[in-house]
Amino acid sequence: MDSRSHPEQFVITPRHGWRSVDLAELWRYRDVIYFLVWRDFKVRYRQTLLGAAWAAIQPLLTVAIFTFLFSRLAGLSSDGVPYPLFALAAFIPWGFFSAGAGNATNCMNTNQDLVKRIYFPRLAIPLATILSGLPDLLVGLGLLAGFFLYYGVTPGPAALLLPLFLLQGFIATVGFGIILAAANARFRDVGHAVPFLLQVALLATPVGYASSVIPEPWRLLYALNPMVGVIDGVRMALFGAPLALDTALVSLATTLVALVGGTIYFSTIERNLADIL
Amino acid sequence: MSGVPAGAMKVRGIAKRYRTGKPGDMLPDLRETLMAPFSRRRGKDEDRPPFWALRDINFDVQPGEILGILGRNGAGKSTLLKILSRIVHPTAGRIDMAGRLGCLLEVGTGFHRELTGRENVYLNGAILGMSRREIGSKLDAIVDFAGIADFIDTPVKHYSSGMYLRLGFAVAVHVEPEILIIDEVLTVGDAAFQAKCIRKVEELVKDGRTVLIVSHQLALVQKLCSRTIMIQDGVIVADGRPDAIIGDYLSALDRHLDVDLRLRTDRRGRGNVRLTGIQISGEDGASIVAGGPALFAFEVSSAVAALDCVFTIHDSLGEPVCSFDTTNPAPVDELPRGPSRSLQCRVPALNLRPGRYSIGIMLMAPDGDTEDDLEIACTFEVLSGFIGGREIISDPSYGRVEFPHRWTAA
Repeated sequence: MDSRSHPEQFVITPRHGWRSVDLAELWRYRDVIYFLVWRDFKVRYRQTLLGAAWAAIQPLLTVAIFTFLFSRLAGLSSDGVPYPLFALAAFIPWGFFSAGAGNATNCMNTNQDLVKRIYFPRLAIPLATILSGLPDLLVGLGLLAGFFLYYGVTPGPAALLLPLFLLQGFIATVGFGIILAAANARFRDVGHAVPFLLQVALLATPVGYASSVIPEPWRLLYALNPMVGVIDGVRMALFGAPLALDTALVSLATTLVALVGGTIYFSTIERNLADIL
Repeated sequence: MSGVPAGAMKVRGIAKRYRTGKPGDMLPDLRETLMAPFSRRRGKDEDRPPFWALRDINFDVQPGEILGILGRNGAGKSTLLKILSRIVHPTAGRIDMAGRLGCLLEVGTGFHRELTGRENVYLNGAILGMSRREIGSKLDAIVDFAGIADFIDTPVKHYSSGMYLRLGFAVAVHVEPEILIIDEVLTVGDAAFQAKCIRKVEELVKDGRTVLIVSHQLALVQKLCSRTIMIQDGVIVADGRPDAIIGDYLSALDRHLDVDLRLRTDRRGRGNVRLTGIQISGEDGASIVAGGPALFAFEVSSAVAALDCVFTIHDSLGEPVCSFDTTNPAPVDELPRGPSRSLQCRVPALNLRPGRYSIGIMLMAPDGDTEDDLEIACTFEVLSGFIGGREIISDPSYGRVEFPHRWTAA
């Protein structure tokens, strides 16, 4: 199509307060997101000896350590599922969340060359940063399938729900990722706190243990951690573990609040980004 | 529809305010944010008076026009370009424009060192607004324009700065924008490539596209632009034919240079050491004459050891003529060993043709960081004189320099 016969009109005016995300514009710039994802992914494993094998090594080592600590030493129950399988099923979505939120925290600063010199919807940057974790997630899921075969466990029909819970995990990652991206662009303190907070959050998430070890009165508070609902859901889908509706809904609510609140907060920071970076 | 035709731009009442302090420091910091509810002084902003980088900017650009934008460093040109290219938002006003916008604020923006030339063309093309298919179909033309066919599959970290630049420019001009904004980028690269870029810009204009150029190269503005505006302290002070505006610009510059060097704000660099004085004189403090000796004496704000100094003489249109550089020493140099507040450069015979010249100067700390950078620190006049016994006449078409020479029969 000849763009010159239908020129794109645009108007530049001051912006105050927040405005909703222009999804149509984000869609028009989908190629930018695509290439940013592709760049992040390519660059991540370029000049590494082991390449994409890293995507498998990290969960394997974590699960090995967890098996030793939680299963051998502490003797925690894993709902009748072989412990390594039980832990890996939780670490895969957690790893995606943790890498996504962690990388998104710094994404505005690492891409400030772009932000300061060229216009495109700023939301493309955290989105692309998070999406570039998808190949690692796929490798992790492949690894998980291998674990199922090795331990001879067959998931029930509930496994069809797995994509839904992974989607919930993705939404939680996007929600928290864009909040952290905007907050860290504004206050660099955030960048120092996040790696530490993510380590603490790993312990406050049922990755190495079942969420049933949390005493009843604390469970709703515990479920404010959006990944609690995601991991409980994944374990329900794969192992038929019981899923408490109330905690699942609390986690889902936090996830949606993070997504909506995150977009709003991002939009208030976005208009000043080039000035504050 | 209240739109404007493709390639046109209507700018009305654009203003941009910053809080003073660090650049970009327009929002309260974390401590202020956390303490705000407890702060009794609500009118805190009054502590830091606002700084208006731009005030009431109005102009129209017609499709196919090449508009030059002139102004000293800090006049507001860059802020205006950033608003036009939607990188920052204005504080007030409205701009209507139509068509794809191409920005060359810095070529190669978004290039990633680890990616190959080809990969970067795709990435950069997408960021500049091309679709994947479009980039694919233009790839050959881009590589050809940049002249780097042999290196297209090499990571750009192995490129020379010239190759990097050529590839960046090649991608940007192949976006075929209706409006192209160019900031200084035509001034880099070798002469042949510069000429190629200028031809490409002229081609775009012939094709009815609109170009906005910001440059200190007055000769380039004069050659390319059909109209020029001049910005001073955030306001448009002149709008018209390039010849007339360049004249205004030069005389405004002279008035501006009367200001004490220590009070000047149009400088860059870290600022631990600043240039505080310059003396340019001929023999025994007299005026400089063509072919006569010259002494350039600099004084800086504090005594430091091993301060490096580079200064460049520019002609009246801003083109560099020659440079003097302490980082390129010779046995005849006697640079101060200890801390010193002054530095002198003696030229036995300054073979410049008569006319007005300006000096740009840069001071660098031993760690390589720029301490002070004045694009135009001062101007000086070269009077007519004799070089090799020959009287030197002032005629711009004769060039800027003259060498002692001898004509013979065979």
